[in-house]
Amino acid sequence: MAIKDYIRQRYFPQMWCPGCGHGIILNSLLRAVDELGLDKNGIVMTSGIGCSARISGYVDFHSLHTLHGRALAFATGVKLSKPELRLIVPMGDGDALAIGGNHFIHAARRNIDITAIVMNNRIYGMTGGQYSPLSGPGKKATTAPYTTIDNQFDVVDLSIAAGASFVARSTAYHVLECIDILKKAIQHKGFSVVEILSQCPTHYGRKNKEGDAAQMLEVQKNTTAKLGSKALENDPTLIPRGIFVDIDAPEYCEEYDKIVQRAMKASQSGKPEEPLVNPLIQQSCVTQ
Amino acid sequence: MTDNINSNSVNDNNGIKPNNINNGIKANNIKFIQGNEACVEGALYAGVDFFAGYPITPSTEIAELLSKKLPEKGGKFIQMEDEIASMCAIIGASLTGHKVMTATSGPGFSLKQEALGYACMAEIPCVIVNVQRGGPSTGNPTHVSQGDINQARWGTHGDHAIIALTASNHQDVFEVTVDAFNLAETYRTPVILLFDEVVGHMREKLIIPEKGELPIVDRLRTSVRKGVDYHPYLPREDGRLPMSDFGAEHRYNVTGLFHDMWGFPSNNPQVVRELLHHLVDKIENNVHTITRYKEHYLEGADYILISYGSSARSAIHMAKNRRERGEKVGVLELQSIWPFPEVMVREKCANAKAVIVVEMNMGQVMREVKACVDNPSKVFLANRIDNKLINPTNIKTLLRIIQGRGV
Repeated sequence: MAIKDYIRQRYFPQMWCPGCGHGIILNSLLRAVDELGLDKNGIVMTSGIGCSARISGYVDFHSLHTLHGRALAFATGVKLSKPELRLIVPMGDGDALAIGGNHFIHAARRNIDITAIVMNNRIYGMTGGQYSPLSGPGKKATTAPYTTIDNQFDVVDLSIAAGASFVARSTAYHVLECIDILKKAIQHKGFSVVEILSQCPTHYGRKNKEGDAAQMLEVQKNTTAKLGSKALENDPTLIPRGIFVDIDAPEYCEEYDKIVQRAMKASQSGKPEEPLVNPLIQQSCVTQ
Repeated sequence: MTDNINSNSVNDNNGIKPNNINNGIKANNIKFIQGNEACVEGALYAGVDFFAGYPITPSTEIAELLSKKLPEKGGKFIQMEDEIASMCAIIGASLTGHKVMTATSGPGFSLKQEALGYACMAEIPCVIVNVQRGGPSTGNPTHVSQGDINQARWGTHGDHAIIALTASNHQDVFEVTVDAFNLAETYRTPVILLFDEVVGHMREKLIIPEKGELPIVDRLRTSVRKGVDYHPYLPREDGRLPMSDFGAEHRYNVTGLFHDMWGFPSNNPQVVRELLHHLVDKIENNVHTITRYKEHYLEGADYILISYGSSARSAIHMAKNRRERGEKVGVLELQSIWPFPEVMVREKCANAKAVIVVEMNMGQVMREVKACVDNPSKVFLANRIDNKLINPTNIKTLLRIIQGRGV
């Protein structure tokens, strides 16, 4: 299908600033869905609040535009209640990891089959350029006129530590790589996190003298390198891109289905449920 | 002296229908359980199949019991990371076509308020149980209070309408829980069940009605066929909005922003005004349909006690006792608190010498009663705020003072 078949043209033009990276990411995401040949009726896009969250209104999927930081909690309810649906949750950096940080780590811990996309432009764009938990120290923002002193999260490290079974990073600049990673993330059974570095020329770029959108895309190109590449080996200060984790692990809804089967069986037989060893524990024993 | 109930002619013997006990009721249907368990039984009867919650005293038994019972019938239970997430998760699950519930108490109820407002705005059917405990803040987790009456009404920001029900005994806990699900589906709205620690933890008899004995309102789904434009936020002539499940053929947007009939965000002043009117009117205009109450010894009463929840038990006890001594004291027991049944309360209190609101807070319902009766100066408050159950003597003391008889 053409990309326009995946969008709600009635609601265009979109509300992002000229030069914003989010439109590129939307394009990559729709191409990924198209290449996978997914049924639009089978996809629920859930988002929170912020520039990134507005994506959900523009796509011709079931769309749930929720509260700041809570997209993954809503998505968990949708997914667990109807596991056959595919959940795609685009979030901004503040949305996902400041106000939504707790929901983020717990969704990862459960390994529930949701694709979380962190569109990281290192700033709160919609409210006018305040620093985020991914800005990092030494950055200027409207709430950091003397520069930030806060350290940033590393989204990849955090996601791995929290239990996500698919973790990847790309940028708005690397469109083809991004499509490929998003395809794998959507197909992955379990909680998948894709961090995509995006640019906000209006707020972050202007305040931090990173230039216009084209120059900021250049920065994405020049400050990152593929996992396993020579460039990364030669310069460890570069930000690695690629797939960091892609493992098979018990998925939450599938595990709950087993609970349902056991509970139904026990209830019908009238006998008390026999204790079972948690398969998650079994697996970690094996891997250790 | 008879003890009349408005909705039917059943005598109130703590809600138990005495003639039926040996008359066609299966032994399995008779339980001796906690109020929280009665709430679970009511929810299951109403068809709940998704629950998300977070442990908090004194509501935790609801989550515990549903974690066992829901998977037995193919439903889903999830313990979320906090009360905010629980509220969000049930909204998500409601959109896939399920009957959903969460349960909490004071601090957790505070945390749910933002998402509760979302459910009001996006018109998502859901049921929120608040088993009230002492507050503010952490307050008194294991003791009783009725201090969240106004929070249920105005806890979330912005103009909106809300439905809140309550009950004083387990049979009624069961029935108002069923009712809560029915009202949530009928009006596409969150419904709050305002129980309290005494009702939640007290054990008494519950007779579970047979299937079909109580009416059940199921999800109203759109009849608009595939390929035809479906307007999720365009009310029918009767004011109801048929839904389409996520995953079904109609794809639409759900948002907490003001939105048009397609669910797409709008700040068009006319769209904003009309939506807010719709959200408030669909409930406030139906206050008579939503109102639930009971009358105990109310006929010809000179002194009317208005009460609800566990404090109503003491009020009923006191009224019965006074009636036996020939004093015209009766109880108007509220079972729906929001929307406040102003007209009904005004009419019932029109001829009373005094109206005494019996509650365990600093007068939250009393203020509503004062605002709606013809003579607010005859409205008094009999309360306890020490997180102990108000007892009949507490009420009697105030009554004697009002009557000029001293204590």
